[in-house]
Amino acid sequence: MVDHRRKGTRGLVLLALIIVALPAVIPNAYIYDVVILIGINAIVCIGLNLLIGYAGQISLGHAGFFGLGAYASPLLSDRLDWPPALALLAAAMAVGLLSFAVAKPILKLRGHYLAMATLGLGIIISIVLNQEGQLTGGPDGMPVPPFSLLGQRAEGEATWYWIVGALLLATVWLTLNLVDSPVGRALRALHGSEVAAAVTGIDVLRYKIMVFVLSAVLASVAGSVYAHYAGFITPSEATFFRSIEFVTMVVLGGMASTFGALIGAALLTALPQVLTPLQDYQMLTFGAVLVGTMVFMPKGLVPSLAERLARHRR
Amino acid sequence: MTQLVVEGLHKSFGAFAVLHDLTFSIREGSIHSIIGPNGAGKTTLFNVITGLYPPTHGRVLFNGADITGRPAHALAALGISRTFQNLQIFLNMSALDNVLVGYHLSCRPRLLPSLFRWPAVVRRDHEYRQRAEQLMAFVGLSAFVGAEASAMPYGALKRLELARALAVQPKMLLLDEPAAGLNPKETGDLDTLIQRIAERGVTIVLVEHDMRLVWAVSNHILVLDEGRKLAEGTGAEVRHNPDVVAAYLGEGGRHR
Ligand SMILES: Nc1ncnc2c1ncn2[C@@H]1O[C@H](COP(=O)(O)OP(=O)(O)OP(=O)(O)O)[C@@H](O)[C@H]1O
Ligand SMILES: [Mg+2]
Repeated sequence: MVDHRRKGTRGLVLLALIIVALPAVIPNAYIYDVVILIGINAIVCIGLNLLIGYAGQISLGHAGFFGLGAYASPLLSDRLDWPPALALLAAAMAVGLLSFAVAKPILKLRGHYLAMATLGLGIIISIVLNQEGQLTGGPDGMPVPPFSLLGQRAEGEATWYWIVGALLLATVWLTLNLVDSPVGRALRALHGSEVAAAVTGIDVLRYKIMVFVLSAVLASVAGSVYAHYAGFITPSEATFFRSIEFVTMVVLGGMASTFGALIGAALLTALPQVLTPLQDYQMLTFGAVLVGTMVFMPKGLVPSLAERLARHRR
Repeated sequence: MTQLVVEGLHKSFGAFAVLHDLTFSIREGSIHSIIGPNGAGKTTLFNVITGLYPPTHGRVLFNGADITGRPAHALAALGISRTFQNLQIFLNMSALDNVLVGYHLSCRPRLLPSLFRWPAVVRRDHEYRQRAEQLMAFVGLSAFVGAEASAMPYGALKRLELARALAVQPKMLLLDEPAAGLNPKETGDLDTLIQRIAERGVTIVLVEHDMRLVWAVSNHILVLDEGRKLAEGTGAEVRHNPDVVAAYLGEGGRHR
């Protein structure tokens, strides 16, 4: 476990170095854009991995929370004239409250039922964003005002790169801390055996709700950042397919591995950009990746590679 | 002093009644065994007492408080802990982490301090880590402190469950067939281990088919048959009770 912590710290330092060094080799705005999207997706996936990988619960609706964050933050800053940073926090809090309200009935469900319920939740959010044309611009989407903090406007890929990089680093740090704490242990315990967790004093439902809300809030923050960065938002960011994308990234990168979630997000965000012909078959590609991972590497990339390495060393 | 009172307990699954009108009590600090044929309802009784199943009728009192129907985690907080007949190990964790989960209630973990790794969290975690190692040594698992639970043999996992249950710092510990599946060597010091736990002031409720162990440690024995109380008393009383001999112990049977 001490070993765990050291590995986590090493990973965190490595990530910081990569974030600092990367701009030196990024040739153009297009690559910047891809890297920023990787960071945003990674934040969602790291949160989702707490729910799926660590606590063993599933959500097929997290793009809904991403979408709510993406719409709520610009709406608050535009319509109510709130400073964007405040709007972002308020959106995160609202999504936190909403996810808390739905979490209790939903997380009493298990397995397929939980999958169905979260799927339904995501679809409802997606429909609302599509239908409330007055507010959201409907299927055509809506423009998003620029982000500013203390009078400084965030403009240009380079600026956004640092914002997203810092947020990602903070997310990884907080997550590593959490996983390596008694709270993280409780989450892994209820994944391992709910009855055993309960008789050792863990309020299983309470912990499920906590991690669900936490992952929803992270998705909301990432969504808000995405909206302000992109400057335009459509309901396609909150679709069922987007939810599946997030889950696929987590599964590919590796269950119960924070850096796995990050790497899964990086690979599956970059892949369609690299293989442009695949863009028309994106859904198919993701489906294939999901099936392939489950069949050949059920633990995901990072845990499988780590296991290989450990075996080699011995 | 009486620690646990079970009063008129019924438990049915649908139309199928497993426990019928069961009444008994357990003295604080005793080693109280519950024996009976397969399917007698022993595990079900444990599940009701520890809050995993609500009873159909009846009451359970613990230290005078009515705990009927309270959830398992709340009962753990009151000092009721247990092991499982079919192991319930956190196989996704290390052996030491399994025991550390047992300290969950003592740790009183909170979200924000954990997220920001407050020094107090780290310090206390370190403390509990040492205590968990000591507990593992106590149950004879020193060799497995660095092991992953998924890589441990069955006998060691049974002891790991015991260490985890002890980490909850129970007032009453329910052991569901701790000797089942163990070879004689592994069973070896189980009787002294159970007695040492009892000496620490923990009430032990023992469900066990290994009669050697039951006779060796029990202060009091309750015999269940088809969900009903068949007999109750000291080892000697139960052993010579003709009903018990007929239903369970048998002539020269395996439960001699
Ligand atoms: N969840 C359940 N649903 C339906 N029936 C159950 C359930 N749990 C137990 N039973 C039934 O209750 C009866 C008693 O089971 P229980 O496990 O309590 O017996 P036991 O005395 O522990 O037996 P053993 O010595 O074999 O462990 C059995 O007939 C069993 O099939
Ligand atoms: Mg049983």
